[in-house]
Amino acid sequence: MVRKGTWVRIHRILLTPAERAENLPEETRKVPFELWVKGFLSVDAELGETVDIQTVTGRTERGTLDAVEPSYRHDFGAYVPELKEIDRIVLSTLRGDDR
Amino acid sequence: MKKDDSYAAVLGRRNEIMKKSVGIDYSRYETGMIGFDYERMMADTGYDLARIRAIQKQHGVGATPLKELPNMTALVRRVAAPGKGARIFIKDEAWNDSGSFKARRASIACHRAKELGFTGVIAATSGNYGAAVASQAAKYGLKCIVVQECYDSDGVGQPEIIEKARACEAYGAEVVQLSVGPELFYTFLSLLETTGYFNASLYTPFGVAGVETLGAELVEDCLAATGRLPDCVVVTNAGGGNLTGTARGILKTAKSHVDIVAASVNLKGLHMASDRDFNRKSFTTGHTGFGMPFMTNPDRSDVPRSAARPLRYADRYVTVNQGEVFFVTEALTILEGIERGPAGNVSLAAALAIARTMDQDRVIVVQETEYTGAGKHHQAQLAFARSRGVEIRFGNPDEEVPGRSIILPDRVNRIDVVDLDLDKIRLSLIKNQLKDHKRIERSDFAYLVAETNAPAAFVCRALSDLGVAWEE
Repeated sequence: MVRKGTWVRIHRILLTPAERAENLPEETRKVPFELWVKGFLSVDAELGETVDIQTVTGRTERGTLDAVEPSYRHDFGAYVPELKEIDRIVLSTLRGDDR
Repeated sequence: MKKDDSYAAVLGRRNEIMKKSVGIDYSRYETGMIGFDYERMMADTGYDLARIRAIQKQHGVGATPLKELPNMTALVRRVAAPGKGARIFIKDEAWNDSGSFKARRASIACHRAKELGFTGVIAATSGNYGAAVASQAAKYGLKCIVVQECYDSDGVGQPEIIEKARACEAYGAEVVQLSVGPELFYTFLSLLETTGYFNASLYTPFGVAGVETLGAELVEDCLAATGRLPDCVVVTNAGGGNLTGTARGILKTAKSHVDIVAASVNLKGLHMASDRDFNRKSFTTGHTGFGMPFMTNPDRSDVPRSAARPLRYADRYVTVNQGEVFFVTEALTILEGIERGPAGNVSLAAALAIARTMDQDRVIVVQETEYTGAGKHHQAQLAFARSRGVEIRFGNPDEEVPGRSIILPDRVNRIDVVDLDLDKIRLSLIKNQLKDHKRIERSDFAYLVAETNAPAAFVCRALSDLGVAWEE
């Protein structure tokens, strides 16, 4: 059970494939046009239920309860060894010991 | 009565929604059959350079440092012919509140919204502009909604866009995230209509006028630092507002000609509306996927008449590859101790190649940087690309295939630019403007000359080739 007032994210399909714009590439045309937005849950609910939320601008949005207290987990990515090689290339070129 | 909110109905109300949401009646500026009075539209913002500076100063924007990059210059001279290798300077725009030059555009848009009595602002952007609008809206006490194209149909988000969403939310904005597709415009219009908020479009006269201070400052900074005007200014180009505003500011401040070079990342072959290609590109802006269509048809933007008209101002349009920009981003970090985001370094990559061909006493100015961090950092971008199956290797960047490979230059002198044919771009613009016309008026002819920044004879030749009648 997710309590009323919890910070959540909802999901909704805005346009089904049939309703989508014309002139789309095939791979885009065959999938729906979707929306995600966050806000405070209006009533107690379970994940996957259709719910209303109030967004930070005060709008009401309706959709499927998709995530509870969503947070950001993006980072600096896996180690990329090429960056150290770029360092070597530019430092040796600058010092003139590349030739 | 509730309005019909279907796709077709909302798009059908587009002009009415736009007029209300930007407070500009664009029909006032229409002239002849295809033209419009661009300068009058810009003048009607009512804000001159001094006023814009004052507004920006009060809101954490502008007066960013112009920094010389002595080690980058030395690097270029190592691989240049004797006597070649211009001094390289960079306008460190990451110092604006919210971390990019976009704060200049947002500051004037939000100021205008407040002045007109709007209670909130909406912007459709997956880039730095969202954070800029959110940051400025916070200062003005305006509500803010940012509409982002964010996820593919597997729910995978571009890390840079995810970071932008985080920044927007940090500044108190509501972020509406969408899957891939041009129908974003439908959601954007629906939100404008239901909220009655101001359309903080990147393409209004306010947004573009806000960048004029950047051009003016870099001229003044360069004179103070070197005693001379910049010989060349390189501008990252996407929708064209950065270039247009910067060039206008330079024209208003410099007493003689400064070469303006537009630079975009080459994303040839990737479709901007493709659910599959979406996460196979490492740049969400500053690329040819926006740069080319907006240069040949500026009015494809989210307002009836765009204030961003880059072809009027560009002396040259060059492309660089993704691998070159990542390389230069790392070089800036390790050689100059300045860690900035890759998207803002598109112009730096081009500048390195251009500086190599210029004499040592010349000055080249790179007119922006952007903040970096989780998601935006070049390591995050490269790691994400690799995880999507994009090959990353050293070699000749000319062999890069956007979406399939990122080729980092294996030598410094591999960093190069490809010049696009501006005359071809001019012809495309003329063709786009004349789609439905076989005859144009005198004012239209003058409009096309201004739009293409070409001699009248060039426009005459193009018109007769197209079988269009005109009065000169």
